[in-house]
Amino acid sequence: MRKLILLFVAGGMFGSGLAMSGMTNPARVIGFLDIFGAWDPTLAFVMGGAVGSYAIAMAVFRLRWPASCPAQDRKGPISKRLVLGAVLFGIGWGIAGFCPGPALADFAALRIEALWFVPAMAIGMILSQRFLGADRD
Amino acid sequence: MNTSTILLAVAGGVLIGVGSAIATVVSGRIPGISGVFGRLFRPKYGDSLWRVVFLCGLMFGAVMTMLLFPSAAEYRPMAPLAWIPIAGLLVGIGTRVGGGCTSGHGVCGVGSGAIDSIVATMVFMAAAIATVFVIHHPGA
Repeated sequence: MRKLILLFVAGGMFGSGLAMSGMTNPARVIGFLDIFGAWDPTLAFVMGGAVGSYAIAMAVFRLRWPASCPAQDRKGPISKRLVLGAVLFGIGWGIAGFCPGPALADFAALRIEALWFVPAMAIGMILSQRFLGADRD
Repeated sequence: MNTSTILLAVAGGVLIGVGSAIATVVSGRIPGISGVFGRLFRPKYGDSLWRVVFLCGLMFGAVMTMLLFPSAAEYRPMAPLAWIPIAGLLVGIGTRVGGGCTSGHGVCGVGSGAIDSIVATMVFMAAAIATVFVIHHPGA
């Protein structure tokens, strides 16, 4: 039960951070990706804050609770699947300005685009897990 | 973009990073949203409860923040509704085939110094930038 409360709080921090930083607004995301237009660097500050704080927090947690931390794999194979998947994801992200986290947040906020996006994303995930051998572990 | 936008961006990023780190330790998995969500459709894992709780927290936190802060509720769609399902399909397929999204590869992977995640992040950023260029600067 304590674990589930912690996970709800962790998810709440994640979702609150997304909304606070403007990442639930597709215009901000597309503004960052539009480096040849009126570039909006907000997303770079969000990523910087997130990557840095994740690295620091995990370093602390690894010292305090080493057994609870998943094994670190720094040299995962750079496969064709990795690159092909990233290309497809990037194209979809660039079209709509939604990646999975913000899409779920905007789904909960009943934004009409997210109400269409999330079921389509779920279908894509089910198809790739069932027929494209994704997630074989 | 002004100072308060930058401060909110960094503060929001820290919330995302620390929330991800807590979820990593508590679940023992890398809590990228695409993996947490996608594996809900693979009941063989038998660990749907923590995934649902984490994602409910995400949705609750986002909506509460939007209700409390007008700036967090700003929202402007960038694609015609007819394109949205195509974008969703591509994101769903791409994140599961590529093993992660902006959070799993971009935040947790890069934050752990994982080479494959750094490569994936550069590739999906480049693909997204190219896509936006083609869509928003036609004829350029």
